[in-house]
Amino acid sequence: MRSLLVAMLFAVTSLAWADDPTFEITIKDHKFTPSEISVPSNTKIKLVVKNDDATPEEFESKKLNREKVIPGKTQATIFVGPLKPGEYPFVGEYHEKTATGKLIAK
Amino acid sequence: MLGTAVIVFRETLEAALIVTIVLAATRGIRGRGTWVGGGIAAGLAGATLIAGAAGAIAGSFEGMGQELFNAGVLLAAVLMLGWHHLWMAEHGRALAGQLRALSESVRAGGETLGALTVAVGLAVLREGAETVLFVQGLSTTEPTKNVLIGVGLGAAGGVVIGTLLYFGLVRIPIRHFFRVTGWLIVALASGLASQAARFLEQANLLPAIVPQMWDTSGVLTETSLPGQLLHVLVGYSARPSALQLVFYVATLAILIIAARLRSIAPTPPRMPSAA
Repeated sequence: MRSLLVAMLFAVTSLAWADDPTFEITIKDHKFTPSEISVPSNTKIKLVVKNDDATPEEFESKKLNREKVIPGKTQATIFVGPLKPGEYPFVGEYHEKTATGKLIAK
Repeated sequence: MLGTAVIVFRETLEAALIVTIVLAATRGIRGRGTWVGGGIAAGLAGATLIAGAAGAIAGSFEGMGQELFNAGVLLAAVLMLGWHHLWMAEHGRALAGQLRALSESVRAGGETLGALTVAVGLAVLREGAETVLFVQGLSTTEPTKNVLIGVGLGAAGGVVIGTLLYFGLVRIPIRHFFRVTGWLIVALASGLASQAARFLEQANLLPAIVPQMWDTSGVLTETSLPGQLLHVLVGYSARPSALQLVFYVATLAILIIAARLRSIAPTPPRMPSAA
């Protein structure tokens, strides 16, 4: 059962990792740039979130059902979707007042 | 300061509730305090190490180290809770309803105290590492006193909720008590499995199948206190993916069916020193 799962993981990984459309977001001074990103709907997308601050941030989006801690001066990859058309707000949970943004799936 | 408290509260709540359920499930076992306390201490020590290595972990496995780590820790906790539950099904339920149910259940539970301790340690490790990381970041910009007060308030909040749940649970009559804690452990394990699924999906290791099965955030958000409690206790998610549902239902079904099979299987003569 477990070895089957592991085998599946590798199979799926090697198939799917490469070609998803990629979008970059940068965190600086506890703000996202760009804060609004248009992304294609109905396809899986890859977000690369660069944290240029020295402090960690947690990328969080309830609507995208995603959360990921990004240590200071590192970058993180987060896969989301395929999304239905619409707006998907996200925040930096550790600085919720300033770190806000949204994906706009079209 | 209040913001700090809220975030620390969110991070500690899950660990606090898992500790509570384990404490309830091990009610009456001698030495459980030491075991569970040891699990918490080991988890905290591990959390500090993990937080220190957070950058390295996050950067490993092509940037998916954090997801793999979280999913691994969650699934390990699911295994430990599942093992405990099946053990109890075999050795505890046969005696349910008897006068000595409590002491016998307790003896049976003692066998898996180690597994439960590991589950506690893992919960503290995972939530603790995020808290340590957050607090470290904060302490570079905020006065230490404010940070400490915030952390103290947040952690105290988690402990208060856990304590309330514990004293609610121990009011349940003994006859039903271990059945209830058994359900709680099954629901908890299923919820943790569903969280693990989300990390595997976020890392693109498994397909979401359907990214969003439903959206009940209009009725109950996960950020509200009831939403958070249900999230930990029964794995509530306002917008689960199909993959999460598969993991949830599979864990639930495996544990319920396996426990039933084990409890109706003819029990071999009890070994004289089961404890």
